[in-house]
Amino acid sequence: MATLTAIFSAVLLMGALGFVFGAILSYASQKFAVTVDPRIETAISLLPGANCGGCGFPGCAGLATAIVEKGVPISSCPVLTAAARAKLALALGLADTGPTTPLVATVMCNGLPAEEYRKFEYNGIIDCQAAILVSNGPWLCPHRCVGLGSCVKVCPFGAMTMGENRLPIIDKEKCTACGKCVTACPKAIIKLVDKEKKVHVKCNSPEKGPDVRKVCKVGCIGCQLCKKVCAYDAIIIENNLARIDYSKCVQCGACVAKCPQKTIIMEGVPDFKPRKAIIDEAACVGCTLCFKVCKFQAVEGGTPKEKHRIIPAKCVGCGACVAKCPKKCIVLKPVE
Amino acid sequence: MSAGLLSIFIIAIFIENFVLNQILGICPFVGVSNRLDSAVGMGLAVTFVMVLAGVVTWMIQHFFLAPFQLEYLQTLSFILVIASLVQFVEMVIRKTVPTLYQALGVYLPLITTNCAVLGVALLNVRKGYGLVESAVNSLGGGLGFFFALLLMAGIRERLEVADVPVAMRGAPITFITAGLLAIAFYGFAGLA
Repeated sequence: MATLTAIFSAVLLMGALGFVFGAILSYASQKFAVTVDPRIETAISLLPGANCGGCGFPGCAGLATAIVEKGVPISSCPVLTAAARAKLALALGLADTGPTTPLVATVMCNGLPAEEYRKFEYNGIIDCQAAILVSNGPWLCPHRCVGLGSCVKVCPFGAMTMGENRLPIIDKEKCTACGKCVTACPKAIIKLVDKEKKVHVKCNSPEKGPDVRKVCKVGCIGCQLCKKVCAYDAIIIENNLARIDYSKCVQCGACVAKCPQKTIIMEGVPDFKPRKAIIDEAACVGCTLCFKVCKFQAVEGGTPKEKHRIIPAKCVGCGACVAKCPKKCIVLKPVE
Repeated sequence: MSAGLLSIFIIAIFIENFVLNQILGICPFVGVSNRLDSAVGMGLAVTFVMVLAGVVTWMIQHFFLAPFQLEYLQTLSFILVIASLVQFVEMVIRKTVPTLYQALGVYLPLITTNCAVLGVALLNVRKGYGLVESAVNSLGGGLGFFFALLLMAGIRERLEVADVPVAMRGAPITFITAGLLAIAFYGFAGLA
C-alpha cells in the first residue's frame, strides 16, 4: 500500500508540475507570438532541408529567409532539382532563375618543365607569397606557378594536392569553387571556370612571343593560330595571350590540335586529336536518336527510317551521338 | 547573515566558478565565446535563467518534493523546470529583443540542457541553502559564468588576429586558453 501511495504521489506531482508549466508555456506562446512571414515557412518546407550550407547561408532556414527578405535568387541552392526549383518559384511567386553553373578552380599554367627553367634554388619559407619577394620567384618565367603550395595549404576541402611538376592538381569533385586558392595565389593563375569545360589556355603570361619562348616551352606566344582555327569565335587574344570565351566554346578541340606550343589543352586527354563522328550507313536504321541528341545540327536526316549522315563541317566530335546510338554504328575518327 | 550571503556570492563567482572550477556548462563556454557581444547576451541569459531556476527549484524542492519524500525526482523535476523556463525566456527574448535572439541562435535552447543551470539547482539543495541563499548562490553562479564567458570572448577576439600555428587554430587553442584560464582561477582558492 505504501508503495502504491508513493507511486501515485510521484505520478500526480510530476503530472501536475508538467501540466502547470505546459499551461504557462501555452499562454506565453500566444502572448509573445512573433508573426513570421508565411512565405519563409513555405520556402523552408520546399527547400531540401539537408542544411548542407552549399548556398552560403546558415542552413535551409537561412536561405529561405534570405530569399524572401533579401531577394536572393532561388538558384542559390545548388541541390534543388529543376522541378523542385520551379515548384518553389511558383509557391513564392518569384522568377525561376535557372540553375547556376557549377564552377571549379583551374590552374592556368602548364608548369612544364620543372627544372630546366629554374632561375635559382629557393630555400626560404615554404610560401608562394614569400618566395616571389625574392627576385620575383625561383622560375625564369615571372608568371609561372611558384609551386610552393600556398593554394594547397589554404584549401579547406582538401581538393588540392601538389603535383610532380611543382604544379597543384585540383580534384574537381572536391572543389566547391570557394575561391580561397584564387586569392591565395600571388601570381593570380588560378581561375574559377565552368566545371563542364575541358579546353583551357594553360598560360597566364602577357609577355611577347620571343620572351615567352626564352623562359618556357609550353607558354602562349600569342601567335593567333587558335583564333584563326576556331569556328565559334571563342578565342580572344589580349596582351599576347589567348583566352577562351567559355560561353562560346563547344570544346571541339580544334585549337588544342593547332596550338604549336601545346599551351591549349584538353583536360584529361594528354595527346588530344580532334575527331569527327562517322556513321556506318549499312548498320544505321534511321532511328533519329543521333539527330535529336546532336547539339550542333551536324546530323542529316530527321525523318524516321532515313539513313543518317554526319556533316563534317558541323561535327565537333563531342561523342554525344556515339553514346546514344542503339546500333553502335557511329565511331569517332581522328581528323587528318 | 549578510556576511554569510556575501561569502556565498564571492565563492560562487570566483572560488567555485561553474565553468573554470567545476567544469560545468562548457558547451556555451566554447561555442558562444568567439564574439564579445554574443557572449554578453549568452552570459546574461544564463544568469537570468539560473536565478529563476534556483528560486523555482528551491520552491519545488521544499514545497513539493520534500513533504512527499519524493527527493529522488529531483533531477527529473528540475530539468522540467529549467526546460520550461528556457522556453519561456526564449519566447520573451524573441518577442522583445529579436537581435539578441538572432545572436544567441541555437545556444539559447541549449541552456535547457546546460549542466551549469541544473548544477546550481542541485548544489543549492545539497548545500542545504535557504531561499535567499539559493538565490544569491544562483546569481553568483550565473555571474561567474558570465564573467568566465566574457574573459574568454575577450581573449578569443585577440586570438583571431594572433599568429597561431595552423594546427592549433580553432578548437585546440581555445581549449588550451580555457585550461590556462582555469589554472589562473585556481589562485582564488586561497580566498576561502
